[in-house]
Amino acid sequence: MAQIFAYILHSDGVLDDSARELLAAAKKIDAGAEVTAIVTGKGIDDACSKAAESYKSVWKIDNDALSYPNAEVVRKALLSLLPADGILLLPHDTFGMDLGPGLSVKLDSAFAADVVDIEGVEGNTLKTIRQEFTGQVNTHVHCDISAGAVINIRPGVFQAAEGQAGEVVDKSGELGDLSAKRKFIEVQEAEAGEVDITKSDVLVSIGRGIEDEDNLEMAFELAEAMGADVSCSRPIVDAKWLEKARQVGTSGKTVKPKVYMAMGISGSFQHMGGVKGNPFIVAVNKNPKAPIFQVADVGVEADILEFIPEITEKIKEL
Amino acid sequence: MEILVCVKRVPDTAENEIEINSEGNDIERDDLVYSVNEWDNYAVEEAIQMVDKHGGSVTVVTVGDEESEEVLRREMAMGAENGLLLTDDAFEGSDGRGIAALLKAAVEKGNYDLIMTGAQADEGYAQVGGMLAAMLDYPYASLVNMIEVGDGKLKVGREIEGGNMEVNEIDLPCVLSIQTGINEPRYVGIRGIRKVASVEIPTLGASDLGLDAGSVGEDAARVKRIDYFVPEMGEGAEMLEGSTDEIIDKLIELLKSKGGIK
Repeated sequence: MAQIFAYILHSDGVLDDSARELLAAAKKIDAGAEVTAIVTGKGIDDACSKAAESYKSVWKIDNDALSYPNAEVVRKALLSLLPADGILLLPHDTFGMDLGPGLSVKLDSAFAADVVDIEGVEGNTLKTIRQEFTGQVNTHVHCDISAGAVINIRPGVFQAAEGQAGEVVDKSGELGDLSAKRKFIEVQEAEAGEVDITKSDVLVSIGRGIEDEDNLEMAFELAEAMGADVSCSRPIVDAKWLEKARQVGTSGKTVKPKVYMAMGISGSFQHMGGVKGNPFIVAVNKNPKAPIFQVADVGVEADILEFIPEITEKIKEL
Repeated sequence: MEILVCVKRVPDTAENEIEINSEGNDIERDDLVYSVNEWDNYAVEEAIQMVDKHGGSVTVVTVGDEESEEVLRREMAMGAENGLLLTDDAFEGSDGRGIAALLKAAVEKGNYDLIMTGAQADEGYAQVGGMLAAMLDYPYASLVNMIEVGDGKLKVGREIEGGNMEVNEIDLPCVLSIQTGINEPRYVGIRGIRKVASVEIPTLGASDLGLDAGSVGEDAARVKRIDYFVPEMGEGAEMLEGSTDEIIDKLIELLKSKGGIK
C-alpha cells in the first residue's frame, strides 16, 4: 500500500478543522495506514507539535518562502519531497483547489476533487464517492493510483479522527529551488456591511428562487415582520443585488442563528458550510429534490414568490 | 493582449431537475436545457473587457461535439472574435487531465498571453485550469475575482475563505480560473447570435493537434465515473403538507416555539 500524506492547514499555531478530517479520510483508504502530516510555513513548531498529537509522523517544512501558503511555492516544496507513488490528501477549499490539480500533473499522479466518501482500495483502484450538479446526484469515481494520487477532500463531511501521537521530522533542509512566477502580496479583508449577519438570531436568507432584484423587497418585509435580518446565497451577491457582507457560505460569512429560513436556496455545501451552531432550518423551495431539504428541519415545497407574501401577511396579523 | 478562454456546454441546473436514467450510467439528457457553464461566462466577459481596454483579441475554445458550437457562438456574440472547436471521437471519455492535454495542444498552436477558464463546471472538480497551467509550465491562480493589467504581469485577487481577497502578482503568460461575481456578464440577444451565425469556426481533431490518440480519451483516463446514484438520504426535512393556509399556520407555530418570530 502506498504511503499516505495529509497536508495540514494552520494559522497562528492552530490547526484547521480539516487536519483531522483528512486523517479520517486516510483511514478509510487504509485502516492500518501510518499517515504522514505535512506542515509548511515559517516558524511552525507549534503547528507541528499539534499535528503530532494525532499523526504518527509529521514532516516539518520550514522556510521563509513558505510563510504564506502560495500554492506555487508549496507545490515546489512538495515535489522535492513526495515519493512518486504516494497518496496526498488536501482539503477541497480555496487552497486545495489552487494546489491540487497542478501538483497532480507535476507528480504525474491521478487527481480526484471534492471527494465526499471513500470506499477503500482494490488493487490499484481507489474507490471514491463524489457529487455532481450541486449535490443533486452522487457518483462512484474510481482512480488508478498506480502512479500515486492527489485527492481533494470536501471539508466538513468526514468525522475528525483521533489518531495516535507521533514524531516531528524536520525536512526543511531537503528543499530545492522555491522561486515562483506568482508572488503573494497581501490579504485584503472583506468590507463590513450595513448589518452584521454573524450576530443575527434569525435570518431570512434569499437564494436564486427570488428571480428578480425587485422581488427582494418581499424578503425585507418578511424579515421585518419576524424581527429578522436578511442574508443571501452567492448568486444574489454575484448579481450585485445585495452586498457581499450579507452572503452566507464558505466564501462569505459564517452565521450562527437560532433560526435560518432558506428561501429559494438549493443548499450547496459551500453555502451550508457557512451555517453553524445547529440552527432550526426552514427550507422553502419549488424543487422537491433541492439538497437543502436534506439538511433542513422543516421543508415546504413552494414557490417563494407566492409563499413569502402570504406568510408575511399572516405574521403581521399576529 | 491575446486571450484564450476555455468554455464548456453543460446542463443548466437552474432550468432542470437532474434525474438518473434507468441504467444508472448517466443522467437523463433527452429533455435537458444546456447552456454555457456559468463561470465561463464571467471569464469571457472579463476577457472582452480587458481587450476593450488594452487591445488584442479574445478566442473561445471548447472540447465537445457539434452541439458545443452553439456555446462558442453565444460567447462570440458577447464579443469574442474567434472560436475554436476541438472535436474528435478519440476525445470521448477524457478525464480532466485528458481535457487539459487537448487544451494544451490548442494553446501551443496559437500565441496567447493569457488563458482563462471558469473556476469549475458541472462536475465540480475545479481542475482543468490548474492542470493546463502545470502542463504549459505557466503560473496559475484559481478563483480569481479581480484582475489589473501591469507590465508583463497581472495583479490578481483570489477569493478565499470568509470573503477575503488574496492579492498576488503573476507573470504573463499565465492561466487564471475565474470566479463568478468578478463582473456582470453582458446580455446576449437573439440578434447578437444571428450576427455571428455564419462566422466560420475552425475544428481541430487529434491529428490536427498532433496528439497521439492514446494520450486522451477513455483509455488514457485514470479517473473514471463508474455510475450515478441517488444517495441514501437521511431523514431529511419534515415536509409540511396541506393547504397553503395550513402550512403557514403550522410553520408560524414552529417558528414561535423556536424563537424565530420576535
